[in-house]
Amino acid sequence: MSKSQVSMTVNGRAVEALVEPRTLLIHFLREQLNLTGSHVGCDTSHCGACTVDLDGKSVKSCTMFAVQVNGADIRTIEGMANADGTLHALQEGFREMHGLQCGFCTPGMIMRAYRLLQENKSPNEDEIRFGIAGNLCRCTGYQNIVKAIQYAAAKINGVPFQEAAE
Amino acid sequence: MHMIPAAFTYHRPTSVQEAVSLLARLGEEGRALAGGHSLIPMMKLRLAAPQHLVDLAGLSELRGIRDDGGDIVVGAMTTQHELAASDLLGAKIPLLREASLLIADPQVRYVGTLGGNVANGDPGNDMPAIMICLDASYEVMSETGRRRIAARAFYQGAYLTALGTGEILTGIRIPVPPAGHGQAYEKLKRKIGDYATAAAAVILSFSGGTVKSCSIGLTNVADKPLWAEGAADILIGSALDPATVKRAVAAAEAITSPASDARGPAHYRTKMAGVMLARALARAKERARN
Amino acid sequence: MNDQTPTSAQRAEALQGMGCRRKRVEDIRFVQGKGNYVDDLKLPGMLYGDFTRSPHAHARIKKIDTAKAAAVPGVVAVLTAETLKTVNLAWMPTLAGDVQMVLADGKVLFQNQEVAFVIAEDRYTAADAADMVEVEYEALPANVDPLKAMTPDASVIREDIKDKTEGAHGKRKHYNHVFNWQAGDKAATDAAFGKADVTIREFIVYPRVHPCPLETCQCVASFDKIKGELTLWGTFQAPHVIRTVGSLISKIPEHKIHVIAPDIGGGFGNKVGAYSGYICAIVASIVTGRPVKWTEDRIENLSTTAFARDFHMEMEIACTRDGRVTALRCYTIADHGAFDACANASKWPAGLFSIITGSYDFPAAHVSVDGVYTNKAPGGVAYRCSFRVTEAAYCIERAMDIMAQKLGMDPAEFRVKNLIRREQFPYTSAMGWQYDSGDYHTAMTKAMETVNYKKLREEQKAKQAAFRRGDTRELMGIGVAFFTEIVGAGPSRNCDILGIAMFDSAEIRIHPTGTGVCRLGTKSQGQGHETTYAQIIATELGLAADNITVEEGNTDTAPYGLGTYGSRSTPVSGAATAMACRKIKSKAQMIAAYMLEVHDDDLEWDVDRFRVKGNPERFKTMTELAWAAYHEVPPGMEPGLEAVNYYDPPNFTFPFGAYICVVDVDVDTGMTKVRRFYALDDCGTRINPMIIEGQVHGGLTEAFGIAMGQELHYDPEGNITTASFLDYFLPTAVETPKWETDWTTTPSPHHPIGAKGVGESPNVGGVPCFSNAVNDAFKFLGSTHIQMPHDQWRTWAAADKLGLH
Repeated sequence: MSKSQVSMTVNGRAVEALVEPRTLLIHFLREQLNLTGSHVGCDTSHCGACTVDLDGKSVKSCTMFAVQVNGADIRTIEGMANADGTLHALQEGFREMHGLQCGFCTPGMIMRAYRLLQENKSPNEDEIRFGIAGNLCRCTGYQNIVKAIQYAAAKINGVPFQEAAE
Repeated sequence: MHMIPAAFTYHRPTSVQEAVSLLARLGEEGRALAGGHSLIPMMKLRLAAPQHLVDLAGLSELRGIRDDGGDIVVGAMTTQHELAASDLLGAKIPLLREASLLIADPQVRYVGTLGGNVANGDPGNDMPAIMICLDASYEVMSETGRRRIAARAFYQGAYLTALGTGEILTGIRIPVPPAGHGQAYEKLKRKIGDYATAAAAVILSFSGGTVKSCSIGLTNVADKPLWAEGAADILIGSALDPATVKRAVAAAEAITSPASDARGPAHYRTKMAGVMLARALARAKERARN
Repeated sequence: MNDQTPTSAQRAEALQGMGCRRKRVEDIRFVQGKGNYVDDLKLPGMLYGDFTRSPHAHARIKKIDTAKAAAVPGVVAVLTAETLKTVNLAWMPTLAGDVQMVLADGKVLFQNQEVAFVIAEDRYTAADAADMVEVEYEALPANVDPLKAMTPDASVIREDIKDKTEGAHGKRKHYNHVFNWQAGDKAATDAAFGKADVTIREFIVYPRVHPCPLETCQCVASFDKIKGELTLWGTFQAPHVIRTVGSLISKIPEHKIHVIAPDIGGGFGNKVGAYSGYICAIVASIVTGRPVKWTEDRIENLSTTAFARDFHMEMEIACTRDGRVTALRCYTIADHGAFDACANASKWPAGLFSIITGSYDFPAAHVSVDGVYTNKAPGGVAYRCSFRVTEAAYCIERAMDIMAQKLGMDPAEFRVKNLIRREQFPYTSAMGWQYDSGDYHTAMTKAMETVNYKKLREEQKAKQAAFRRGDTRELMGIGVAFFTEIVGAGPSRNCDILGIAMFDSAEIRIHPTGTGVCRLGTKSQGQGHETTYAQIIATELGLAADNITVEEGNTDTAPYGLGTYGSRSTPVSGAATAMACRKIKSKAQMIAAYMLEVHDDDLEWDVDRFRVKGNPERFKTMTELAWAAYHEVPPGMEPGLEAVNYYDPPNFTFPFGAYICVVDVDVDTGMTKVRRFYALDDCGTRINPMIIEGQVHGGLTEAFGIAMGQELHYDPEGNITTASFLDYFLPTAVETPKWETDWTTTPSPHHPIGAKGVGESPNVGGVPCFSNAVNDAFKFLGSTHIQMPHDQWRTWAAADKLGLH
């Protein structure tokens, strides 16, 4: 099958490449751009391990073709740290609150949480859980992921963080 | 490997005219691509292998939500996220936002479209029953022109609709329910984002303490969405007393023929359609104003 | 010393040793997407492999035609069983003493079984070509009902062993029989049942489920023709075992095989054994002369790799009139699928199932397990099971509830009456296990008081009355579980994997500047080993945890170990770490004595230094001693500061816990809401409480999924109907309850740091707690046992059967 040219911005950088029409965005990111932070965890668009931020939306990159998003502005986990190398509040929050164990769902989880906090600056626990319903985790049981996101929200909003007792 | 689609040629028309011409020319070999969150998963499992995909993403005519003289017209490419975020819809037809937030998950809602959800004939989709309940109609375009199809006449069976080859949905026209109507969508599911085990959409109005109008749509309890006209008729003129509700529930159950699957055996899903109907009626009643 | 001098407490805190909530080292790379998982690996010239799989559950293969597949541009080779036979690899040995087809040889025995392996330049081409291998099948009747596996007319599944009356574990009584295994005293047990006041008997099924880590199984094999060496990266929970087994079956000498397990995205027992994909990738690399990557998708993972459970248990308990248990008897049919590939220690075909007497003082007990073959995927031991302990715990905890109900006793009260008492430890069970330590009554009391159990029962009574009156359609259930685990496999006299004793190891090297590296034979898949082992070393050696690098998974550098599963890392390698530290400390003490010009016995240890007794201003810190070890050691002493320990544990460890759960069941939909879940775990010494909580949260979430809806379901023709996330129930953050964790600490007397391990406890205790809660909701209406999973339709059906609709 003949390839098409695509160009998009990924983590602030312009990229151009040749892809088959059927090349899934997740494979494009992982294999052609070597951005292996986003992961594949399922076949049916449920797990969210492939989640990236695209044109201001959380999307599952396993369920779109690179050609569909020609011209898009994409942010992946590799683009989350600050320019000076310090961690984004979410990355810090996941570490502080033990919101990860094997780390496989983490990039997708953080990318989704990033957009969630753009949608809602101070989500309560139910809103967070509903907000990450498209991201599965097998290790943490979600409880500390909720805390991680609450930590990040507090930091971004410049308010003190109150960790709920267990 | 179950996640790699077969090869296809990709098309990205820049006008609706171009899109329908292309689809007419491609016939069985071509499929329209909207949000892709029904079609692409099927292509990855190779349950669908279209040789051509016609991406509708570039068609601005298919976007937007607008008031049109007592109706609201929603562009077919409007995403579930845009639907749920629309203040216009939230105020005028709250049932849409309620149903939208019960579809899939946030990422899928950012991309999945209303047009895709109503047009592909998947009996598990939520919006068809909503549209049937609200007596919406679908604005359809082909090379030969435009037509309108009532949602209540659109669904023929599993993945079988009145949409012909070379036709695409351009918009969904929904009559705005007059003020005072109570609306509710009650969906039983195994987990958030799942297809319904059974779901009921209800819109009703009261007058002097009794039901003046009532429309009921049922999701995923047959090979297509159901309009429970008989059940609704039973309720009209009643005060939604338990005995009448019971009769309406029985009438709704009688028209179901759900599949037995991992959600449960058919007889259970039929009963759940009834339970969801009763609960939707109760909530719609709470929200209605006399 | 002045006011600025740090106190002992401050120095201890700075070390970040055992007991503190040390933040994880591994997080730094994971939160930045810089983990190093197998599929991230890209080698020059790398090829991709993909399988053609059988649509049939049971069929003869009449013909395989690979011509069309081989002709696809970009396809480099296609392997079938015929190809593998030329290198004697069409079949491979399993960990359970059976053999297993690598590629289908003459017939297929379960749906999605591997038939051909296509190798291509990229994964898309490989997928296309895998679809183009043409296979002609002749369908055979499939059997997926283990209870029908040994009928006289059952179809033969394993033609290769059809006439063999002896298997790896003794006599076979039927061609579909795998083994019979028994434990306990049958005569004493039967006698006790003969004269029992009260008995219960219940058929209890633990359905087939799957551990489903988020990352599927994968590997990259790279055979270097010139050196004759194989490098294999893979999702391996036991990398050294893979190396040894790989050497035995491929005949490549073990020193020429380099196995590397990089970051693993969850294991839960799914990634212990060897899969066809690994063997095919190795052969493909040898045949093509290029590296070959194999990754599986989710459907492949769920339908063909190590499943868990599928135990069908006929359980009986005998009791005195006043509620003292006297005997336990259990007959189990274990569905092993088409090949016995259970990852058990070799002498234990039914794992540690004989822990079934649990936390209770049973004077007599007997179990008998018959393993059978069916047309399903091979496996059985996985998913935080501690080698069938999950099955045993579920069985005993359900049975205790059923007996309590028959006696008219509260289930918690009945348990308290029968819990092994503190003064009975170390306790030898009727099955011969010596439980190391426990204080069950303290834990149970703490749990019951914390949830205000009495008040919950009062509330339940009131709600039951309200239900009878028609004021509510919700039933309240209270689930109790008090489990005892057996982990830390294990003592060499009991435990070996294919003959290799189940010790484990730690090798520690301290550098001149006082930092160091520790390598172990275990392999984390998310348990935080890089963080926790360093905490042990920090406390033992007084060197800051941040100054110790922990490495696992590279068989060239790590000392031999049996890997991580069965909650064995802390009990075995944790012990090895402490023991290696003590060798180092002992040497350091001698150096200190030499430097301070005193006798060894004149020194005492203070957090991070040796100081002279009675003269504390004279001390040498471990950091100073590290330098000295390379600079000037006492005459006759070897320079350097390192030690290795291979630890053969004297016994298993026995963590335990008290879990209490409150649910509300909607009778009209069958939906269960978890109102509260309280989990008290006793894992002995707690190395990192934050990590323990995380393990408990995760294990309880698995337990919730299992109890409330997971199953690998097969239809009567052998089609697996729940092999994707469309239907295999994985809870999201919305369904998952909030967890309350608590603890008591009863150290293990035989473990160097008193630690027992905790990773699997929440799955062991969580499932029966949930199941007991749902069952408890219906008890007052006369229900005795509702089979899990407690998904909505089944719970509704139970309500329907009781006439509640």
